[in-house]
Amino acid sequence: MNQTANSGNSTEPMISLSGVGKWYGAFQALDNINMSVAKGEKIVLCGPSGSGKSTLIRCINHLEAYQKGDIHVGGIMLGHGSKTIDAVRREVGMVFQQFNLFPHLTVLQNCMLAPMRSLGLEKAQAEDRARTLLERVKISEQAEKYPAQLSGGQQQRVAIARALCMRPKAMLFDEPTSALDPEMVKEVLDTMIALAEEGMTMICVTHEMGFARQVADRVIFMASGAIVEEAPPAEFFSNPKHERTRKFLGEILGRH
Amino acid sequence: MNYTLDFTPVIDGLPNLLWACLGTFTLAICGMLLAIVIGIGGVILRQSPFKPLRWLVIGFVELIRNTPFLVQIFFIYFALPLAGIRLDPTPTAIIALGINGGAYAIEIIRGGVQSISKGQMEAGLALGLHKAQVFRLIILKPALRAIYPSLTSQFILLTLTTSIASAISAYELTSVSQRIESDSFRSFEVYFTVTAFYLVISWVMMRIFALFSSRYFSYPIR
Repeated sequence: MNQTANSGNSTEPMISLSGVGKWYGAFQALDNINMSVAKGEKIVLCGPSGSGKSTLIRCINHLEAYQKGDIHVGGIMLGHGSKTIDAVRREVGMVFQQFNLFPHLTVLQNCMLAPMRSLGLEKAQAEDRARTLLERVKISEQAEKYPAQLSGGQQQRVAIARALCMRPKAMLFDEPTSALDPEMVKEVLDTMIALAEEGMTMICVTHEMGFARQVADRVIFMASGAIVEEAPPAEFFSNPKHERTRKFLGEILGRH
Repeated sequence: MNYTLDFTPVIDGLPNLLWACLGTFTLAICGMLLAIVIGIGGVILRQSPFKPLRWLVIGFVELIRNTPFLVQIFFIYFALPLAGIRLDPTPTAIIALGINGGAYAIEIIRGGVQSISKGQMEAGLALGLHKAQVFRLIILKPALRAIYPSLTSQFILLTLTTSIASAISAYELTSVSQRIESDSFRSFEVYFTVTAFYLVISWVMMRIFALFSSRYFSYPIR
């Protein structure tokens, strides 16, 4: 619990990366990433595929190892030892493109597993928490169903609830709507918008520019493993400074 | 062609044969449980970051899968006593069946674990669970479900392999029937009956597997 005390310091960013570099063999996936996210801030990360945006957020909870630089989350320095990695993972929720719900567990069990096994909650306590959060993502009536019985949009909302059951200080979204049929995108985005309005610190890798406009405090554009440009959404969309940003926006907005 | 069927020795020996079926069941069930433990344990060690442990498992699997079961059971029964390990026929048979079935189970279960998407492991880790917890609570059950048909056919094979334990006179169906046959010389009648018994035993095993599957693997997929 001493981690909570640390993050109470409001001047300290919730998440900060300094000089982070990552290589796959000779290929440089991340190039000197410096980034700081304040408590309650919402960041949208965008960029062409292969630009390193997913790799970047996966480094924040150490699903990917990085070779250079430092990452701090909620006052904890993410080292390479399993102790700090576990501590950080308990503080940061993640939502994946492919939902990754556990197929052999019901929706409720999906939400209860980690709070019980990782935080040590009692069963009743975990169930209480799970039902409250399933209510919040408006899917409580599906609690006893299995993931395969739900639509993609419902599964992703459950995945969001499952992550929230850990009471994370920040949430990472890795293209949460990219695997969804178009008619299901909205229900997931609405859930994320509601979460943002409650003050959650969020980093979202997404191509949903409407979401970025509505929710983001800053939009960060990446290309070739480096941060090219960052700006508040109004400025980012109306007045992009870099040629690569303009080209990307032209392609992605032209599609819609 | 003037052979007259005479089932009297079989009928007289029926209580013995039925008890022997129970012996066969015991060998099969105990051998299977041991094989499951070796199979899952072997898969865990096979994924260990410690290389010699992985080599040990690979070596074990290769050794067992490339030598005859009869030789393996003889080795435990006749050779190990020279090293001071002396076991009765039935425990010997169970251990031999468990080791043999375990080596095959390792390869089968490993295939199941590999079939589970990487995202499942990542989702578990991202929720703060340890690797071992993720394996036990998230990966194992869907992995076993994926390879359940191969695993059960391997275990039917293991059930039938119990007959080889007659070579060390373990108490099971084949050895008891051999005794009745050598006392009565009614080979056809004895082996006809024994064949039928093995069929029933296999069928019962398959029912047990199906029951287990409907209880533990009933969650819908897709």
